[in-house]
Amino acid sequence: MKKILKNKAALIALIFILFVTAAAVFAPLITPYDPSEQNLPQRLSAPCAQYFLGTDDLGRDVFSRMVFGARISVSVGVFAVLLTVLIGVTIGMTAGYFGGTADAVLMRFTDIVLCFPTFFLILLVIAFFEPGIYSVMIVIGLTSWTGLARIVRAEVLSLREREFVLASRMLAVSRLRLLFVHILPNVISPIIVYAAIGMGGAILTESGLSFLGLGVQPPAPSWGQILMQGKDYIYSAWWLSVFPGIAILLTVLSFNLTGDFLRDILDPKDAN
Amino acid sequence: MFQYLIKRLLYSIPILIGITLITFSIMYLTPGKPTDMISDFNAKVTSESKERLIKLYGLDKPWYEQYWNWLKRVAAFDFGSSFKDGRPASQKIIERLPATLLLNILSIILMLIIAVPAGVYSAVNKYSLFDRAATVIAFICFSAPVFWAALMLMIVFGLWLGWLPVSGIVSFEFNELSFLGKTWDLAKHLILPVFVSALGSFAALSRYIRSGMLDVLKQDYIKTAYAKGLSRRQVIFNHALKNALLPLITIIGLSIPGLIGGSFIIETVFSYPGMGRLGYDAVMARDYPVIMGIGVISAFLTLFGNITADLLYSFADPRIRRR
Repeated sequence: MKKILKNKAALIALIFILFVTAAAVFAPLITPYDPSEQNLPQRLSAPCAQYFLGTDDLGRDVFSRMVFGARISVSVGVFAVLLTVLIGVTIGMTAGYFGGTADAVLMRFTDIVLCFPTFFLILLVIAFFEPGIYSVMIVIGLTSWTGLARIVRAEVLSLREREFVLASRMLAVSRLRLLFVHILPNVISPIIVYAAIGMGGAILTESGLSFLGLGVQPPAPSWGQILMQGKDYIYSAWWLSVFPGIAILLTVLSFNLTGDFLRDILDPKDAN
Repeated sequence: MFQYLIKRLLYSIPILIGITLITFSIMYLTPGKPTDMISDFNAKVTSESKERLIKLYGLDKPWYEQYWNWLKRVAAFDFGSSFKDGRPASQKIIERLPATLLLNILSIILMLIIAVPAGVYSAVNKYSLFDRAATVIAFICFSAPVFWAALMLMIVFGLWLGWLPVSGIVSFEFNELSFLGKTWDLAKHLILPVFVSALGSFAALSRYIRSGMLDVLKQDYIKTAYAKGLSRRQVIFNHALKNALLPLITIIGLSIPGLIGGSFIIETVFSYPGMGRLGYDAVMARDYPVIMGIGVISAFLTLFGNITADLLYSFADPRIRRR
């Protein structure tokens, strides 16, 4: 706790994450307008007292849409990261603990997935299934676990030979109990760091997909999608492309700074 | 060296098979048959001719037979004809490949030109003002959405300053220009896409170089070099730098999928006529042969990049070969 207060950047980042999460949870209470309420006479209005981040091409309030967009970005991030952790930890622990054939097969599989550009795999899957919020979550989770699997495997490999593991084995602790109760807590710090940075990555990928029209579908608002609409008005209505971009940048930056900070406090070896 | 090469090539065989298996299974598992695209939009199609079409493409055979047939065609670089205009998918991809390679190679070069000096300077002057500023910039570059950075640069350099074109790879009057004029025209179109493409990876790369250099500077042989009475400059440039830059080979190899993946967004935003843009259009039009072709080719490029990187590394660092 003391360390958080000392590291100003990490403190600000954490506060910003809390702020975005709160905005996402309490979206209907904060927004002055309904995110899909159209006010056509006021379309493409520049930021003013009535609409302080301006309106889009259908006269919808950009601020309200961005607050509701936070809901989508944050929930895509959370579910995608949960899936990433689930897959990465399962594969990494299985490969690291059992070794031998299981290890060889799982790690070759990881190498194969690494060979495809992640963004291409995502496009590929979206091309064949309906684009939408759920496919985006699943697809990001299915494609971003490779790094975590490698990290967890390496950690488990070194833990396997440690005395406390040998002792538990001699006490005839069941394999599952050994893996989840004794080994997992020891690899939890790299998992937390990976998850924090993964949140940022997932939000970036979601915005990129929505920007290409392959992510969250209209009329649901998402940051990437407001940017996509704004692209056509880039020369006349700059507020449509500037504000959502800043929101993405700050949110992703906060998760990256938090991840970096967590790495420093959770892994004293690397601290310099 | 030769033994290492053989080992490395053998090791890539299962990966090659895996790449084709994954691509094939995505194609195989999708709901609906590829022939639906042809038959559904034709009112005159009878169920009989539909069956004939399915037979013609061998879609009634078991999956392993279909996979084997598909594999044989892929080995001959035949991905089938594009649904859009009936031209061979491989031909369409090859036409677009040089533009994408040009974009990616230039951005790797730009990345190195910026990241190597920045990373080394940061490491040598740890916690200096420059190091701190570089850290902040790296974090921001790493967190900014690529397409948004592209849009902002387009507004600044294309609209406000009017210095650079914001889309395409050459101007309309390209063919009438002199050789120098052509080169300048191409360069002007490439500046923004290359810069945006380098932006994200440059940040990560300079951090890698910084930490690599810091590691090397702690080694005993650096102390020995100082003890020999060498100057700081000699130690840094002749002893530390070479060792710190070794991992660069691997990092560049590993960054290939990211660069190719990034091309999809960058080429789309800048209407740049490369493989990424083709892939995006193919995804939007559900043009399966082209999508599959691009998937297999980008995975092969990545694998090829990784093998080349490993070989170069073992060439540059003899310690690796003995493992």
